[in-house]
Amino acid sequence: MTTVKTFNQRDQLFKNTIMLNAIGIVVLLAVIFGTIVYSSKDSIAAFGLGFITSKTWDPIGMTFGALPFIAGTLITSILALLISLPFSLAIALLLGEYSPKGKITGFVRSMIELMAGVPSVIFGFWGLYYLVPKIRDLEMWLMQIPFLENAGILPYGVGILAASLILAVMIIPYSSSVAREVITMVPRALKEAAYSLGSTRFEVISKIVLPYARSGIIAGVLLSFGRAIGETMAVTMLIGNANELPQNIFAPANTMASVIANEFAEAQAGVHMSSLFEIGLLLFLISVVVNLIGRVVIHSMNKQGGQS
Amino acid sequence: MKKMFTTALATIALAAATTFAQTEILGAGATFPYPLYSKMFSSYNQLTKVKVNYQSIGSGGGVQQITAKTVDFGGTDAFLSEKEETAMGAKSVHIPTCIGSVVLAYNLPGNPVIKLTPALIADMYLGKITKWNDSKIVAVNKGVKLPPINIIVVRRSDGSGTTSIFTDYLAKVSPEWKTKVGAGKSVDWPAGIGAKGNEGVAGNIKNMPGAIGYTEFAYAKRNNMPAALVQNKSGKFIAPNMKSTSLAAKALPANTKINLTNTDAPDGYPISGLTWVVIYQDQNYGGRNQAKAAEVVKLIKWMITDGQKYAAPLDYSPLPKAAQTIALKNLSTVTFGGKPLMK
Repeated sequence: MTTVKTFNQRDQLFKNTIMLNAIGIVVLLAVIFGTIVYSSKDSIAAFGLGFITSKTWDPIGMTFGALPFIAGTLITSILALLISLPFSLAIALLLGEYSPKGKITGFVRSMIELMAGVPSVIFGFWGLYYLVPKIRDLEMWLMQIPFLENAGILPYGVGILAASLILAVMIIPYSSSVAREVITMVPRALKEAAYSLGSTRFEVISKIVLPYARSGIIAGVLLSFGRAIGETMAVTMLIGNANELPQNIFAPANTMASVIANEFAEAQAGVHMSSLFEIGLLLFLISVVVNLIGRVVIHSMNKQGGQS
Repeated sequence: MKKMFTTALATIALAAATTFAQTEILGAGATFPYPLYSKMFSSYNQLTKVKVNYQSIGSGGGVQQITAKTVDFGGTDAFLSEKEETAMGAKSVHIPTCIGSVVLAYNLPGNPVIKLTPALIADMYLGKITKWNDSKIVAVNKGVKLPPINIIVVRRSDGSGTTSIFTDYLAKVSPEWKTKVGAGKSVDWPAGIGAKGNEGVAGNIKNMPGAIGYTEFAYAKRNNMPAALVQNKSGKFIAPNMKSTSLAAKALPANTKINLTNTDAPDGYPISGLTWVVIYQDQNYGGRNQAKAAEVVKLIKWMITDGQKYAAPLDYSPLPKAAQTIALKNLSTVTFGGKPLMK
């Protein structure tokens, strides 16, 4: 009798412990959010909504606006998604549909997973020394084309394009692994039914596999988008850190994560520091919004999928 | 077995006891002199067994920490403003420890030696001169082959003392810079691309034909990058080196609080600056004991006398004699409950 009771007590204790841990994390998140909001108060009071629409970032004149950083973050991340999508889809289809088993598949898969673990500073470093000179050559070539003369392209090498390319490489493992996962989960029966009706492999993929797996694919894309908007080290090494609205995809720009990392160490207490916190707050909110949109999209697609 | 264990325990306890007995001095602040400080402090530790723990968190952080009295001394590349001094709550003393210079390094085919006037530097950083073969550059560099390529202006993206020295210089020599941009640790740059840290700027210059950027002297030297001769107030074109940098610090005011940029010294390099340690003038605060306070003063005295020999090998300019005398005099005013500490 007593043993049963002790077991029950232990059980209860264990349950309480894990509950406490889980709640602790939620509380921690709330506390982090709260402190960021609190630390942004000076900046919010000084600039209000103008903070989002102003493009001046002047630590001497104490005028701060986040538009160039918001633009830089969204442009680089969206461009990176567009560049990475064909590659991650191809990888996912190869590993999920064409050859889900075998030595080579296993090798490719583990290599891609390995890529996700490479520290971002290495990508940044490689980009700066090998990718940037190539982009500079491209820019020099473009500058010679007569009708591009006044496009404002300068042979910097670093800029939006360099940052987006490296971001694309960095996020491929995320989007491709989620996509592969859902592609392998497409029911065999569906595919076999399509084959039996005389579909080609391409038709099966485009009409059965991709539509069935689309919510998972989009989930992967959103996951990688979240990774892209927060990436700091590699981006700051490649984007050129110019606090202005980019004129074209070759122009130097800056992102929200990058400006925080660059300036917080020597920022003056007061409005400057508070503005950096507000950028952090905006980045936080953008991630939340992206996540919510993702959930809504997946949810509605699942519904549609169920009805059709 | 048990005996061995006891002996081991005793040894550990003894080691711990000696560690505690050893004085530890805490410092925090400027990153610029960090390589020199860590060399100085490790030598000092060998000499005296006094351990100095210096965190290179940036000048701003150094000022915050000494104001919060969490460290024994703060390191800073910019002397404290009146407001910052008031915030400290008690009188403090600035002691300069060495001089650094900021050079304009560049990447041109064949890397010729080039000369720059203050107006040229300002115009490049204002984005007004954009080609290397601009007639204004050619005019001061007769006989130098300058290619018709774009000038890529590189500057720091992170807040830094180096930027503070450089923009202070530009604000002094260019009225347009002063009104449009101003001087500080980070500014609203009108042109160019930003890179993080001296190493980032140096890396970008090395990688980009046509690039010019400002870095600390040591970085340019160690990366074998050519550095421009800069025209000083007396009209002479001065090569940045240890001697011309030291000359800039020849005449210091009594409290040593001066920006050395655009120096009057006829052979001084015009873009240089001091770095300081800041301590409270009366060391009897926050329950400190006199022995500890004496150790702090002893350390700083050593840094500005014997310790100076470590500056040159690490490409920092040592304090000239006159500056050293003033620094020692200021250090001698540091007291503990009214009693002078320096021996």
